[in-house]
Amino acid sequence: MNLLLLIGAPLLTALAVLMARNKQQVKWISLGGSFLQLGLALALLLAFRQERAANNTAQMLFEQQYKLFQSLHISFHFGVDGISVAMILLTSFVVVAGVLVSWNIEKMTKEFYFLLLLLGLGAYGFFISLDLFILFFFLEISVIPKYLLIGIWGSGKKEYSANKLALMLMGGSALILVGMLGLYFAAGNSFDILTLSKATISRETQHILFPLLFVGFGVFTALFPLHTWVPDGHSSAPTAGSMFLAGISMKLGGYGCLRVATYLLPQGAKEYATIIIVLSAIAILYGAFATMMQKDLKYINAYSSVSHVGFSLLGIGMLTQTAITGALMQMVSHGVMTALFFAVIGMIYDRTHTRMVAEMGGLMKQLPFISTVFFIVGLCSLGLPGLSGFVAEMTVFVGSWENADAFHRVATMAAAMSIVVTAVYILRAIGRTVMGPNTNEAHLVLKDANWNEKLAAILLVAGILAIGIAPGWLNDLLRPAAEVIMNRITGQ
Amino acid sequence: MNELLTLMKSELVLTGIIFLLLFIKIGKGMKNETLLPLVQVLLLVNFIFGFVFNKEGRLFGDMFYTTSLIAFQKNILNLGVYLISLLCTDWLKKNPHLPEFFLLLLSALLGMFFMISSANLLIFYLSLELASIPVAAMANFDLDKKRSAEGAMKMILSSAFSSGILLFGISLVYGSTGTISLPEISQRLDGSSLQVLAFIFFFAAFAFKLSIVPFHLWTADVYEGSPIATTAFLSVLSKGSVAFIFMTMLYRVFQPLLHTWYPMLVILSIATMVIGNLFALRQQNIKRFLAFSSIAQVGFILVAVSSNDHMGSTAVIFFVLVYIFSNLAAFGVASVIAEQTGKERIDDFKGFYKTNPFLSWILALALFSLAGVPPTAGFFGKLFLLTAGGAKAAYWFITVAALNMIISLYYYLRVVRAMFMDKNDTPIEPLKISAPVRLGTIICGAGIILSGLLSWIYDYIHSL
Repeated sequence: MNLLLLIGAPLLTALAVLMARNKQQVKWISLGGSFLQLGLALALLLAFRQERAANNTAQMLFEQQYKLFQSLHISFHFGVDGISVAMILLTSFVVVAGVLVSWNIEKMTKEFYFLLLLLGLGAYGFFISLDLFILFFFLEISVIPKYLLIGIWGSGKKEYSANKLALMLMGGSALILVGMLGLYFAAGNSFDILTLSKATISRETQHILFPLLFVGFGVFTALFPLHTWVPDGHSSAPTAGSMFLAGISMKLGGYGCLRVATYLLPQGAKEYATIIIVLSAIAILYGAFATMMQKDLKYINAYSSVSHVGFSLLGIGMLTQTAITGALMQMVSHGVMTALFFAVIGMIYDRTHTRMVAEMGGLMKQLPFISTVFFIVGLCSLGLPGLSGFVAEMTVFVGSWENADAFHRVATMAAAMSIVVTAVYILRAIGRTVMGPNTNEAHLVLKDANWNEKLAAILLVAGILAIGIAPGWLNDLLRPAAEVIMNRITGQ
Repeated sequence: MNELLTLMKSELVLTGIIFLLLFIKIGKGMKNETLLPLVQVLLLVNFIFGFVFNKEGRLFGDMFYTTSLIAFQKNILNLGVYLISLLCTDWLKKNPHLPEFFLLLLSALLGMFFMISSANLLIFYLSLELASIPVAAMANFDLDKKRSAEGAMKMILSSAFSSGILLFGISLVYGSTGTISLPEISQRLDGSSLQVLAFIFFFAAFAFKLSIVPFHLWTADVYEGSPIATTAFLSVLSKGSVAFIFMTMLYRVFQPLLHTWYPMLVILSIATMVIGNLFALRQQNIKRFLAFSSIAQVGFILVAVSSNDHMGSTAVIFFVLVYIFSNLAAFGVASVIAEQTGKERIDDFKGFYKTNPFLSWILALALFSLAGVPPTAGFFGKLFLLTAGGAKAAYWFITVAALNMIISLYYYLRVVRAMFMDKNDTPIEPLKISAPVRLGTIICGAGIILSGLLSWIYDYIHSL
């Protein structure tokens, strides 16, 4: 399969949206384009499985390379392994759902969909890049759409949040940039990930570059204590914006932490593993306890995202194959789950015009579909077996437990404790909004989900179930790729 | 004779245009409505002509030399002048002294051409003067505005001061090496303290022209007072041409003094970036804002200059090209707004997107490019500057530069926020965009998007 299609489809869709004459055209073009992307992602999954089944054991499949900036040895080199395929699949699900839930956007519709598609484009490009320069280009491409989406279509203190997000993410990028240039010169003028993964980089250089790259990407994925843009950004963004931010953008960071920082600088990863574990354990617990204090549904999900994303960083820090597989599973699982969570919150807000838990109650009667989905996503978040959250977190814990010393065990147990806290805040939030008597008369006349909202929710629930009930396919995708990374770490 | 024609082709064509304008002026004269399109076409022809018949060689007993790289640099400047003539149409049309303005502008451009081509301190000094004195007169072109006269006064005084310093430097160089031919000087430099002193005088003069901190104080006032066409010329073309010759001087002539100028460059680069950025944060006037941001951009250019190799000079030339598109687009939009409404404050831009979506997108693109955000060319430009600077493994240096990019993003976003997000009950009404301005903004917009993505442009510069 030609991977250029994955960039071409969103690009053409975005350009077509610019050409569209009215709002209806804009919406239908975007929807068509996003379904095309979903189709491409599924086709990629099938093609990838076929190649692997046919014993094609190359590290990267469907590789292509075009020379750009030859004098600097930059090339547009791309290809996918299991991790990329999983992430691309996640992206395409979230893009479709994001387009669907934004169906009623009235203000500057064309610009909204254009920026949304541009964000998706950045993510696809990022996940297929095998050249650090191009990877960085696609990572940065998404900063401005995020800024504008929050600033123009957001709510609450949107200008503040948009500024904070853009500046913190740019700060992360600045660190990545320095680390990337360091790698470039340390490995003899190459940005190519596959070349860099074979280069020998001295311990001292790794010691300097690893924290730059890990923290840089960490900002994108809410590494404690650089997570502060997450609650503000997520809660101010429009529904689709929050979905993209939490579902896709935070995964860019996690992917970068693993693929760039850990994979290319294994020695550095080993040295700093302790710090990563401590920080992510703090993030997991702090996120969970902070969520307990929140009264706004979006803030609840934003802080719980900090906690959940902590599991992927914890998995990376544990440096065992199972833990890394679990970390990747958690990224995919959390991406789908949190996108659904924000979508449902958006649907509720559109109807009740409030996100405060205390102002709602007994929505199950008026909004049975939305409430049911809310229930499912809540249960997924607290890790109920059969849903994706359980599989992912369990894998992280099993992998962490493989480290037999006291420090790792204590960290694992501390992280595991957060599940109890999660259960408390999730059940409380859902119980108060969905169950019980209806406390607000205005809420008695609400109408349940429209076709577009139902479709979006069903797609994402299907994703959660597909991972939760039959995690084998995801495991097959991720484990061999994680093994390559582990071999690089243990090989040194 | 034939050699003279081919090697000095750019200069001769330009002189031809200057004489033509002169004859038109002293002859019957011409209405602005016909003269301006004529000048625009001539400048376009001049730009296209710059691509062909480029030869390498030396003239006048090695005082003047040209290479394909120099021809390319000159053509970048040609492009800039053409774009200015398009973008400032609104202002130029109303100008009662249009021929004089272009006479001055093209004379300054001619000075820059000779400056880039100079291989001798004498011709270098003369051409530098030719490139700066007309600009002072151009700064005074809003004849009825006091600020314009003030700007011109500051410009001419600081310019004369820096020329004096430069002359002193030149005389010290001549005194210690006994020659004014640039290639010979580099052979005779041995790092004696007199030569270091001479170099510091040289450096200070360049710092004046490039507005490197602490020699930047004239910049903001001159930019604010001058008409936008002059400001654009000063901030883009003067800076660009001086940056070109500055690199040649450092790499070719003062190479033996590398250990002196490298630390100087690093310190001044950081100071320039930080101070330019910090002052830009609080500006309200769009021209002052762009002035301080252009000071910060010079700081970034110095990052690459410090690399002392081919990669650095390529990155700088590429960046100047990108900078021409980005900064001129920003000045062009500012010029349209200022000419039709008289508004120059950033707060006046609130709600601009609602009424003028096209100009808003162009200005936003330009600002993103200046901030170095992809997919604009500014991203590539900035990244290559830092890459070149990082070649010496000066991690902390490029870290400081990268952090400065965040500060600059903050203030560029301030303008974007005003245009796209802030509400305003009395936004600027829909503006008329004349055909030349539209053409100019579209060229700039296309340049901002394409000159980075089309990677062969960078490779072409590298191959020269």
